[in-house]
Amino acid sequence: MAGKTLYDKLWEAHVVRRDDDGTCLLYIDRQYIHEVTSPQAFEGLRLAGRQPWRPAASLAVADHNVPTTDRSAGISDAVSRLQVETLSRNCREFGVLEFDMNDPRQGIVHVVGPEQGATLPGMTVVCGDSHTSTHGALGALAFGIGTSEVEHVLATQCLIQQKSKNMQVRVEGEVGHGICAKDIVLAIIGEIGTAGGTGYAIEFAGSAIEALSVEGRMTVCNMAIEAGARAGMVAVDEKTIDYVRGRPYAPESESVLWPRAVDAWRDLRSDDDACFDRIVTLDAAAIKPQVTWGTSPEMVVAVDGQVPAPEDAGDDVKREGYTRALAYMDLQARTPITEITVDRVFIGSCTNSRIEDLRAAAAIAKGRRVADGVIQALVVPGSGLIKRQAEAEGLDEIFIAAGFEWREPGCSMCLAMNADHLESGERCASTSNRNFEGRQGPGGRTHLVSPAMAAAAAVAGHFVDVRTFESR
Amino acid sequence: MEPFKIVKGLVVPLDRSNVDTDAIIPKQFLKSIKRSGFGPNLFDEWRYLDRGEPDADNSQRPLNSDFVLNQPRYQGGQILLTRENFGCGSSREHAPWALLDYGFRVIVASGYADIFYNNCFKNGILPIVQSAAVIDQLFTEVDLAPGYVLSIDLDAQSITTPAGEVLAFDVDPFRKHCLINGLDDIALTLQRSGDISAYVERRQQQVPWLFAD
Ligand code: SF4
Repeated sequence: MAGKTLYDKLWEAHVVRRDDDGTCLLYIDRQYIHEVTSPQAFEGLRLAGRQPWRPAASLAVADHNVPTTDRSAGISDAVSRLQVETLSRNCREFGVLEFDMNDPRQGIVHVVGPEQGATLPGMTVVCGDSHTSTHGALGALAFGIGTSEVEHVLATQCLIQQKSKNMQVRVEGEVGHGICAKDIVLAIIGEIGTAGGTGYAIEFAGSAIEALSVEGRMTVCNMAIEAGARAGMVAVDEKTIDYVRGRPYAPESESVLWPRAVDAWRDLRSDDDACFDRIVTLDAAAIKPQVTWGTSPEMVVAVDGQVPAPEDAGDDVKREGYTRALAYMDLQARTPITEITVDRVFIGSCTNSRIEDLRAAAAIAKGRRVADGVIQALVVPGSGLIKRQAEAEGLDEIFIAAGFEWREPGCSMCLAMNADHLESGERCASTSNRNFEGRQGPGGRTHLVSPAMAAAAAVAGHFVDVRTFESR
Repeated sequence: MEPFKIVKGLVVPLDRSNVDTDAIIPKQFLKSIKRSGFGPNLFDEWRYLDRGEPDADNSQRPLNSDFVLNQPRYQGGQILLTRENFGCGSSREHAPWALLDYGFRVIVASGYADIFYNNCFKNGILPIVQSAAVIDQLFTEVDLAPGYVLSIDLDAQSITTPAGEVLAFDVDPFRKHCLINGLDDIALTLQRSGDISAYVERRQQQVPWLFAD
């Protein structure tokens, strides 16, 4: 019999019950909750007179609607304020732990969870948010769910699910200088397309993935959903174990449980003879800094490339998509990427707001200035703790001296539900994960890049190859 | 969930394909904390001439009199007739909530997007699939006969037209059972609470660090 994949192992360990048609009742170890997709779930519980099955398995944090400027006066937008206050009220009523807006541990849910050790290897992790795939970087099975399912998990600690197929994306070799996790995952999406992972759980593997920090692996898994897969994951190795050690919600490293846990975690990898339904391999050395040009993450090219023309598309549907994207993005075919100027720069989001992302951006910003043509360059740390650490390292001063704005943690301009947004027609170099029409504000134009590339674009006023920039 | 038995209701024709969830309920309404109250903003961009905002007084807004929901003969509709790939786009559950809140219990179309189709059953809406030819016929009949009513019998899996014609439809037996009995997924899963407790007991032995609450 063939061996098991990491996904097979995680899945099987959580099956409570399996019906004849393959439908499984799956136990959920951790549920994260945020303010946008949870109010109706709590309301549902209340209407049905139900209590959470295991309130301690849930952890809540407000992130989508919170202001990233001074919060002492609260939230001025009444609708956003109500949503955030409702989260707090629901958490109190149902006994769920919440990091509120003024808690230093507050931040983007997918940054906060791993940072607190609330996501552990071997867990099933869900959240009413598609980027829950991020947590798979720790060797967990993590995926986004809808609001009815949030309520279902609250009430039963389980979900009714069908198993996906197994896919492995291998990135082999060594990446070049200046290439980071974001470039790797954008290159993967460029290769397999935004529907390439549909119906699969993706395991990211290969020497270039192993070489990434756990934070970098989170960046890669974060965008699994942009490749169409609900879950992305990476096998556990020593880096994973080191990452988890000492975090507040992880088992204490002095306790008797720690060695037992570590032992179990070491098995969280695909067996050598495991069978995948699909394997895709990329050459790490061939990956260049990536920039998206269109309105879907798969519309991506290397920074030394050009905006494609509709006739480059493989089929009629794609050609039509290219034409529409070029019009929306106001770009001419064959324009060199480095000639595209930017109006705003956003460094943040659950993809790229961790400390190493801020360090990479600061290394470019140091001793330089945001270009005159750039209206605004925002740096939004992923959590209050990251903000503190960055300040301890003096990164805030580097950014501020260079003309960037240094903000409070939250989702911010990733989806523009708070005050941070693009005006119609503005063009943004963004480290977030979605470049859909209107994502950063109605009529706004988003180019997805790595943190270093975003900082370089801020300084140059247009996209530049970060490899030609000296880090300072 | 309200049990679904027989729905006899006025049919509202929405003659478009690929109606996406952003058209069903635009994204600014996602800031709401409620599951109800989306009805007045169903198809907001088509229904009104200005841009809708959450908590605005919709009764004061200028209506697009061409849009089908605003036509006097279609007031009080319970059955939505539409075409291919209904409910595509974002997975927001606000789309079925808005349809239900408006008063629709049944949709008759030639096809649906996957997630939307699932979300309908989770919210007590019956999405029925009929061939493109039948859909064409229904559009014609609705157009010709003001007050056109269909009778949907879920148990018998039949649609009866005003002329007495009976059309059959398919539905997954498990979903049918849930709808007819008004069972939601949670109630069903809670019937398995013994299995869940047994699982937890086993897991607590194997991986106690995951249960350190
Ligand atoms: S940062 Fe963006 S993608 Fe991540 S959870 Fe927030 S809104 Fe979603």
